[in-house]
Amino acid sequence: MNILVFVKRVPDTESRIRIQHETKSIVEDGLNFVVSPYDEYAVEEALKLREAKGGTVRVVSVGKDEAVAVLRKCLAMGADEAFLVKDDSPETYDGLRTARIIARAVERKFAGTDLLLFGKQSVGADNSQVPAMVAELLGLPQATVVTKLEVEGTSATALREIEGGMEKVALALPAVVTAQKGLNEPRYETLKGIMAAKKKDIPVVKLEELGLGPDELASQVEVTGLDVPAQRQAGRILTGDPAETARELVRLLRTEAKVI
Amino acid sequence: MIAVFMEKRDGKIKKSSLEALSEAKRRAGEMGVETAAILVGDAVADLAPAAFGRGAAKVYLIENNYLADYSSQAYALALAEFVREAKPAAIFFAGTAMGRDLAPRVAARLGAGLASDCVKIAVKAGALEFTRPIYAGKAFLSLTLRSTPKVATLRPNVFPLGEAVPGAGEVIKMDVTVPDGTVKGRVTEVIKEESAEVDVTEADMVISGGRGLKGPENFALLRDLAAVFPRAAVGASRSAVDSGWIGHSHQVGQTGKTVSPNLYIAVGISGAIQHLAGMSSSKVIVAVNKDAEAPIFKVADYGILGDLFEVVPRLKDELKKALAE
Repeated sequence: MNILVFVKRVPDTESRIRIQHETKSIVEDGLNFVVSPYDEYAVEEALKLREAKGGTVRVVSVGKDEAVAVLRKCLAMGADEAFLVKDDSPETYDGLRTARIIARAVERKFAGTDLLLFGKQSVGADNSQVPAMVAELLGLPQATVVTKLEVEGTSATALREIEGGMEKVALALPAVVTAQKGLNEPRYETLKGIMAAKKKDIPVVKLEELGLGPDELASQVEVTGLDVPAQRQAGRILTGDPAETARELVRLLRTEAKVI
Repeated sequence: MIAVFMEKRDGKIKKSSLEALSEAKRRAGEMGVETAAILVGDAVADLAPAAFGRGAAKVYLIENNYLADYSSQAYALALAEFVREAKPAAIFFAGTAMGRDLAPRVAARLGAGLASDCVKIAVKAGALEFTRPIYAGKAFLSLTLRSTPKVATLRPNVFPLGEAVPGAGEVIKMDVTVPDGTVKGRVTEVIKEESAEVDVTEADMVISGGRGLKGPENFALLRDLAAVFPRAAVGASRSAVDSGWIGHSHQVGQTGKTVSPNLYIAVGISGAIQHLAGMSSSKVIVAVNKDAEAPIFKVADYGILGDLFEVVPRLKDELKKALAE
């Protein structure tokens, strides 16, 4: 089966986020960029499916030249090919714009794909928009936030997380699936994989090649503000006898914080 | 008009949908427009009074056998038809598993912009401004959408429920045809967690455990504590989840869930930055830790410095006593 995995380059989860107020953007200097964690589960699932059923795993990222680094990591994990869809625009936080780029790239460049895998959301924009939008634009079914995926012939069954349980979703392929933590345990790159990945060519797809009009590439989102939350103040620390501190805490929660 | 999609689970409208409806009502009031609720399914007319009771002026009913089980494709088609007919200025969804699955499809079908996981909505110069966390709450983004309609998902447990008032209004039935072959995926089964626990994102109180618990068996202490409250859930730090002590659906933080309960109790959690991002919007934070230097104490309103194995059982007894009064 032919699998496409979409990955995004994001600051790692240990990052402290700083704001550039004039441009209403994130300060990127000093941040350590990685493959968005949920995307790693998607890559791993693709590799497992290829091992079980044969086929190819191709990885695609939409972004600036710097995204090549995360594509190389995916190659080192074992993906067959990687492609950069070059988009130099700064973060728009508009999922529809990215979804239109991806949907058109799939139609023009990656016809014959059986499964489109994504992370359930990018760590950062946290939108959870793009995969379901791509599915809609391409008329494909979807299962989002998936912790178990089984593929049999031209259909698939996915378990997706919902509040207090799971939903079983039956899908006809091709389909869009988004990975949640728990789907699998992503493998580490091997030294051999890293060496091989260095030699691989990463073709660049230019935005102009996709024939999207200015309307389709315009962002629907206008950013009106960006800020870090007010620092919480450290409160009162109780020490001493466990029974007494417990009693005092409950008294404070009741009379001062009024939450119980 | 601001229209709100009403999510049905277990034969009822979800509380988070009613929260979204309450917020729609408040903002629509400022904009001088009306509020409508949309019910989708095979037989959902009996839920209309609940929507009127939270301030909907109109209830749109889209009933069809094809819509009995949730399918993002069929539901998106139905809602896009609704938008074409009713022409709302905005359409809100609860930011639940279903809302987050469905809203992007509806937005894409309409070519509309979507604001995900909003925690604040304001009306500025007649336009809706949405505020939402990014980087799991390390920063907050405010935005407006250029499209009509504007689509938004609202984080559960953030927007207050409006007062319930007995009300009635206009019920409008809409026919939507789902052509054969359009639906290529659908939910075939809903599997409930046996414990029927409240999800951390929907709980009023969240009691989370970290590495300080020393092993999976000690989460029982937290479950006992949670059982004292009517709507409490057990959460966990990433290290507890990665150690296999508890399922990842309990994880709070940047690669888990972001929560904003009334009370968050962090037990044996040091407070890594990615964990703090996921719980800092809780109204009141309590930390129990034996390490005075733990970063969690820097964000906690109240802390107990001590051995959690001694503190937590006593805390449970004291809470029980206080709640019984």
